Amino acid sequence: MDITFDHVSFTYQAGTPFAGDGLKDISTTIKGGDYTAIIGHTGSGKSTLLQHLNALLKPTSGTVTIGDREITPETNNKNLKPLRQKVGMVFQFAENQLFEQTVERDIAFGPMNFGVPEKDAKALAAQMVKLVGLPDDILQQSPFDLSGGQMRRVAIAGVLAMQPEILVLDEPTAGLDPAGRLEMMTMFKKLHDEQGLTIVLVTHQMDDVADYADRVLVMEHGALVRQGTPREIFADPDWLRQKQLGLPKTTAFAERLQKLGFTFDQMPLTASELADDLMPQIGGGDRG
Amino acid sequence: MDKLILGRYIPGDSMVHRLDPRTKLMASFYYIAIIFLANNWQSYLLMFVATMVMIMLSKVKLSFFLRGVRPMIWLIMFTVALQIFFTKGGHTYWSWGWLAITQFGLTNGAFIFMRFVLIIFISTLLTLTTQPLSLADAVESLLKPLRVIHVPVTELALVLQIALRFVPTLMDQTTKIMNAQRARGVDFGTGNLFQQMKAVVPLLIPLFVDSFGIAEDLATAMDARGYQGGDNRTKYRVLQYHRSDATAAIVMVALTGLLVFLRA
Ligand SMILES: Nc1ncnc2c1ncn2[C@@H]1O[C@H](COP(=O)(O)OP(=O)(O)OP(=O)(O)O)[C@@H](O)[C@H]1O
Ligand SMILES: [Mg+2]
Repeated sequence: MDITFDHVSFTYQAGTPFAGDGLKDISTTIKGGDYTAIIGHTGSGKSTLLQHLNALLKPTSGTVTIGDREITPETNNKNLKPLRQKVGMVFQFAENQLFEQTVERDIAFGPMNFGVPEKDAKALAAQMVKLVGLPDDILQQSPFDLSGGQMRRVAIAGVLAMQPEILVLDEPTAGLDPAGRLEMMTMFKKLHDEQGLTIVLVTHQMDDVADYADRVLVMEHGALVRQGTPREIFADPDWLRQKQLGLPKTTAFAERLQKLGFTFDQMPLTASELADDLMPQIGGGDRG
Repeated sequence: MDKLILGRYIPGDSMVHRLDPRTKLMASFYYIAIIFLANNWQSYLLMFVATMVMIMLSKVKLSFFLRGVRPMIWLIMFTVALQIFFTKGGHTYWSWGWLAITQFGLTNGAFIFMRFVLIIFISTLLTLTTQPLSLADAVESLLKPLRVIHVPVTELALVLQIALRFVPTLMDQTTKIMNAQRARGVDFGTGNLFQQMKAVVPLLIPLFVDSFGIAEDLATAMDARGYQGGDNRTKYRVLQYHRSDATAAIVMVALTGLLVFLRA
């Protein structure tokens, strides 16, 4: 299922004296099956863009096409449920959405809203809890007795339980410990690789972009200023810094090595690429 | 959540913005009171012109004020209709059973309409040109005399200030949680009463949890910085009357005089 933006602009509080630009003339396609990363500094419009992916916001002008549904400024709010089921959305600080008495019921809440019978929804809850790396016995606990990181995982499980085709993640790992972050990111990658889930990830971690994404969208002041593969985007460090963005750690390290006389045909994005490039230059053989 | 125009401060640097909040608060109440003195065309015209001059002095666009009227329009129309149909006297233009449109009915309807609009304009002017926190300061300062009879004025003012401070925060939070639950398949505002009430639970519970969290954090932060209540606290924002405040008072008195002179 593709999502296409055609000259989409969005103004917050349109028609009032408080109107403010959210998005400016965005045209792009997010292909089904891709892992797309959206980067840009704070306030550049990333979260605003995400909310157009399941019609929580409707464009002020232009068209968003989600699968076979067209969302225009005139689209009314009825019959959006099938769309919302297909596009699962994990918000910034998703733990704020928990409300049920038990973890199990909170995770089952989404699927049940979309018509899954209670028994199946609970089975899904058990399955998802395992997927996000929480122990089984957490199912009967109150979500409010959990730690912040555990609550985040429950919220993510609640979205995964809807069995969406597209998973939209707004800084899903902000505030998790490093091990938890790696675990979550690996899990998303696995879902992408094994189940063909389309993933749209907003992140400030350039390492995650380099490690996981196939495609990158760069936002600034509500506009889409560049799109391409991670390699294309990270090939221009000066431009990135000018947009208040950085390089993945590996690429930054390679950039410094370059100044010491090392040469790279292509800037390495991951640690293993870097290692492959360095071995011949420091007189080692091929890596086993 | 974006439609609450009434009561939203618009930053500016006009004469009205710079008035002491106590002056504005008292003058607004006073002005609303004297609107009720108007009882003929001349006096209503005077109040209308005075209101328009004040709005012009505030340099806030008229459209903000018109928006303030919009949410009240049905109430206004209903009241005006009652006046028109049920006031008897003067020439009768139209009648049907006990319903009649008369000369007095029409004038009364027009007056009531003016009264509503003027009151809304003036309260909107107050809130558009005064920061909520300044208003809370003004309330505290004006209520100070009540301390004599052991009303905890400073504590009440603190409660008011904290409440005002967190209104926008909670409104943002409401929007965010509503979006998160919509994404999980909740339909707000559709279905029968029972379904609608059920839909509110996933919104209210996170909102409450969040508010308690905010309250706890705030209390800790205040303790950590050694906050102590009581009447002897000094203030960062000290309220002080200026010459313009005296001018405002004189204008109010003059307006009252003129009004008394003009009314029938
Ligand atoms: N509800 C709102 N009303 C008015 N303006 C808003 C609203 N939400 C966001 N904005 C504005 O829209 C712009 C884009 O905001 P957005 O939340 O999309 O940024 P972001 O890229 O997600 O930032 P961050 O990295 O901090 O999450 C900002 O300038 C913001 O002030
Ligand atoms: Mg954001």
